[in-house]
Order: sequence, then C-alpha cells, then structure tokens
Amino acid sequence: MTDLSIDLGFIKLKNPVIASSGTFGYGLEFAPFIDLNKLGGIVVKGLYFSPRPGNPPPRLVEAASGLINAVGLQGVGVKKFSEEILPELRKYNTAVIVNVCGERDEEYASVVEFLDKEEGISAYELNISCPNVDKDGVCPALNPETTFSVVSLVKKSSSRPIITKLSPNVTDIAEIALSAQEAGTDALSLVNTFLAMAVDVETRKPVLPNVFGGLSGPAIKPLVLRMVYQVVNRVKIPVIGIGGVLSAKDALEYLISGAKAVEVGTANLIDPEATVKIIDGLTEYCQKNGINKIESIIGTLKRS
Amino acid sequence: MIKDSQAQIIDKKSWNNYYLFKLESPRIATQAHPGQFIMIRISDHPYPLLRRPFSIHSKDEKSIDIFFQVSGLGTDILSQKIVHDTLDILGPLGKGFQVGANLKGKEVVAAGGGRGIAPLYFLAQELSSHGASVKVFYGGKSLKDIPLKEKFESEGFDLYCSTDDGSFGFKGFISDYLKAELEKFTPSRIFSCGPEEMMKKIAKFATEKDIPADFSLESIMGCGFGVCWGCVKRIRKNGEEEWVKICEEGPVFSSEEIIWAEYEK
Repeated sequence: MTDLSIDLGFIKLKNPVIASSGTFGYGLEFAPFIDLNKLGGIVVKGLYFSPRPGNPPPRLVEAASGLINAVGLQGVGVKKFSEEILPELRKYNTAVIVNVCGERDEEYASVVEFLDKEEGISAYELNISCPNVDKDGVCPALNPETTFSVVSLVKKSSSRPIITKLSPNVTDIAEIALSAQEAGTDALSLVNTFLAMAVDVETRKPVLPNVFGGLSGPAIKPLVLRMVYQVVNRVKIPVIGIGGVLSAKDALEYLISGAKAVEVGTANLIDPEATVKIIDGLTEYCQKNGINKIESIIGTLKRS
Repeated sequence: MIKDSQAQIIDKKSWNNYYLFKLESPRIATQAHPGQFIMIRISDHPYPLLRRPFSIHSKDEKSIDIFFQVSGLGTDILSQKIVHDTLDILGPLGKGFQVGANLKGKEVVAAGGGRGIAPLYFLAQELSSHGASVKVFYGGKSLKDIPLKEKFESEGFDLYCSTDDGSFGFKGFISDYLKAELEKFTPSRIFSCGPEEMMKKIAKFATEKDIPADFSLESIMGCGFGVCWGCVKRIRKNGEEEWVKICEEGPVFSSEEIIWAEYEK
C-alpha cells in the first residue's frame, strides 16, 4: 500500500494533488466527474469580500500549449460562498483552501476575518499575484515590501494557516519568497500566471480588451520548475508547485525538485478527471519504483 | 448528466471547408436537446490545448451529428479525422432552446447564417415534431456556404436562402431577407444562430414587431461546464446586467436578456 500523504506541517494532505484556484470553480462543479474525497485539496475560486463583476470578454485566448486568461476574478463574494457553497463543500473529506483576494491589504484581512467564523476551511491561499485586476498586471507580489505588508497583516488577522501565492513576473522570486516567509506565511504556492498578450493581426488590436492576460498551462511548466527549485533552496517553509501539471510525470518533476505538493489548474478545463488520473499515476509510479512513501522523493533531485 | 466519453466517427461528409460528422454516442443522443453542445478534445497532446465547442446538429437513437466550418487550427485538425477515429467528447452541455407544446400549430422561424446553421436543423426537427410549422432562413456568403440547403429541403422544411453575393436565392444578408418576409407573415417565435451582427439585427426588428426571439450565442470556451468563467456575455438577469457564463446558463438567451450594445464594438 503506497502512502501518498504529505505533511505540510500545519496540515496533512492525503496526497500531493490539489485543485488550483480559478480552474476548479467552487469545487462542487466537479462532483459529477470525480470523487472529490480523493483529492489532496481544493483551492476554491478567488474570493473578494463582495461579489466581483470580472472583466469584459473576450477573456480567453489560446497560445501554443497554453491559455491566456483575463477573467478578472469574477466571483460571488464571501457571504454567498459561506451560505450557499461552503456547507456543501465541507461535506467532502478533502482540504478546502480558500483563495483570498483584495483590492487593498485591509480587504484581504476582512475576507479572512469573515471566513474565520466558518468551519470547514483548512487554510487560506493569499492571491497577491493575479495579473488581471490592476493596470499592467500590478499586484502586491511584484515587490518584497508590498508582499511583506499584506502577508503580515493577514497573518495577524487569521486563525488559520496562510499559503502565499507568488507571481512569476519578477526578477528574483526567491527574494519575494523570503519576504513572505519573514512576514509569517506558513507556505508558498508558486506561481500565478505569467503576464502575456496576443494580437489580432487583422484588426491590429490586442485580442484581450484587457490587453494583458495571464499565461498558464504546459507552456509555463519548465519556467515554474526552475522557480520552485530556486525557492526551495532558499526558504524553510513548504512550497507548492503550480504550472502546467497535466500528468503524474509533471507532478513528479515538481516533487523531485522540492515541492511538497502541486496544484493542478488548466488541466481541469480540458479533462475534468485530470486530478484523479494524476493521483492514480503517482500511485503507479511509486509501486513501480518500490517507493512506500511518496514524501521520500521530495527534493531528491540528483546533481551529479 | 454531463460526462466525458469516447465516441467513434461513424460517418463523415464534407463540402469545401464545411464538415458533417456523425458520432456514435447513445448516451448523448438520448439526453440531448436542441441548442445544447459538446466539447471535443482535438488532440491527445497539449496542442491545441483546449477543447472546442460544437452545437449538436441532429441526433438519432444512437448517434449525434456535428456540423462545422474550418476556422482555425482546432477545426482544421478535426476536419482531418476519418471514419472509425475516436473522439473524446464532453456533453451534452448548456441549456439549449426552449421547445414546447405551446408552439403546436404555430408558425415559427429558424434563422441561421454560415456555420450558425448547425443547431437549427435539430431545432427545426424538434419544432416540427411538436407540431409547429417551421420556416428555415439560411444564409451564407455564397452558394458554397449554404451546403445544407438540400438537407433542409429533403426534410420538407419551408426553406428561404440568401447569399451575400447573390449566387443563390435572395441577394444580401439573411437578416435582411427575413425582415422583408416579415412584411408578409408574423411568426410566433424566431430562433436564431449565426454571426453576432446578424443576430443583433434580427433582435432589433423582432423587438420592434413584438415577436419573441431566442439566440444561440458563441464564444471561445475554456471548459464548457462552468468552471473557468471565460465565455461570458452581457446578460440581463433578475433586472441586473452581469457577465453570465454562456456555457452553463446558455448558450441560448432571449432578445430581452441579451445586452446587444456589447456587440456594437
């Protein structure tokens, strides 16, 4: 019997496969396709305090093995989530992680304070890195000081563990990671989408009215692997890898490079059963290679 | 229930860059309503990455048809599939057209332009089976862009064709042809699918003449089942305008629900 469980220190996951925010709705949408109890965790769609209208369409454009989105975090807000969605979601035996958004530091804190009163949430993932909500992709995760400011405020306001989701659109992601660690985050998730754009050559206009969007999918996996590897060697807290995980092999690359878990994003859109297939693939890999406990392969990248 | 399943291509027809595939899927054939769609995975590999949405064009006991025009990489690759190839399909998705017994004995219009004709064949059949008398308006750029003309005729539908270049039927847009014909009769309802500009024109004169009208909207879709929020359109809902996922709550909406100003850009 292979043990796929992962101990993040503040929370124990039944396996290292977590559904990523923005690609998994509020989780319940996937119940017709898969047994949600099988997942290591679910990060629900980003929540602002109030309902959020999102960006005008078109919001998506496909790139080579990637997807550029400018959805703009359209969502229901904390009240509707707590009243209508969370009671259903907490029936499942999986870690429910809420992706927390804010226009200012105080809004992140107020979302967390509101949700702290609700049961059935394992942790918060701080979305300080969405490129689609402010002008030119500006977000707190672009800078160590703004990262420190929001993470420390939310940490003070929260009774639950905090995972800080970082942006790849920086010169030195390890510097931001260290800043978030210093501010007290319990873990890091790497990364949000890459700031990107596409052009319609007939109209000579940007395809997205927002001009920029965020690139996700298999196209970004090599870049994120590199970032995860750079960060795990600098921080003491657990790192979760996010970017282009379509298969168990992709997940294993992250784990071997030092990530304690992965989030599966874009793959959910193409194959609603992707998460479960990846979990099955991890079991298969462990059995084939005589690995009893998947934790034993984390950070085992050989350099010689 | 929406499911991911494998379906074999059991027949394939083509006209220039228009294709008609028959897919064996008893499950979807049993469940499908006109206006619903399926998402097809184009490649087993990550390029092209996303599934593509296709309206259900018709159905029998064990299969469904899709009708499409090659308009990009995804449809180009799909068009090269052959009979006996298997496709990964997700569906049936969306809510589709409301077809009820209340249309029995009534005159209705199904108006489609180009590839937008796809869902209207299934719709016209369903309307007929509910006892409605269906006039089909079918427009394209040229004669080669209305390849389903004979198919509608052979089913006995009252067919009105237009071509932009006048190579067949009324010369001009199908919306203009319909507008002219509405001087002679008043249908109980108009159903339409096609380019947004065409649907917008139809919505305008349908509203002026007080004829209820339903439109099937199109958008790039990330998932097709409501989780990516990528396919939104501006819709009036409970008195408020909001961005609504057309995959989940549509793709069919009435003329009163759709905020047409969005299509003026």
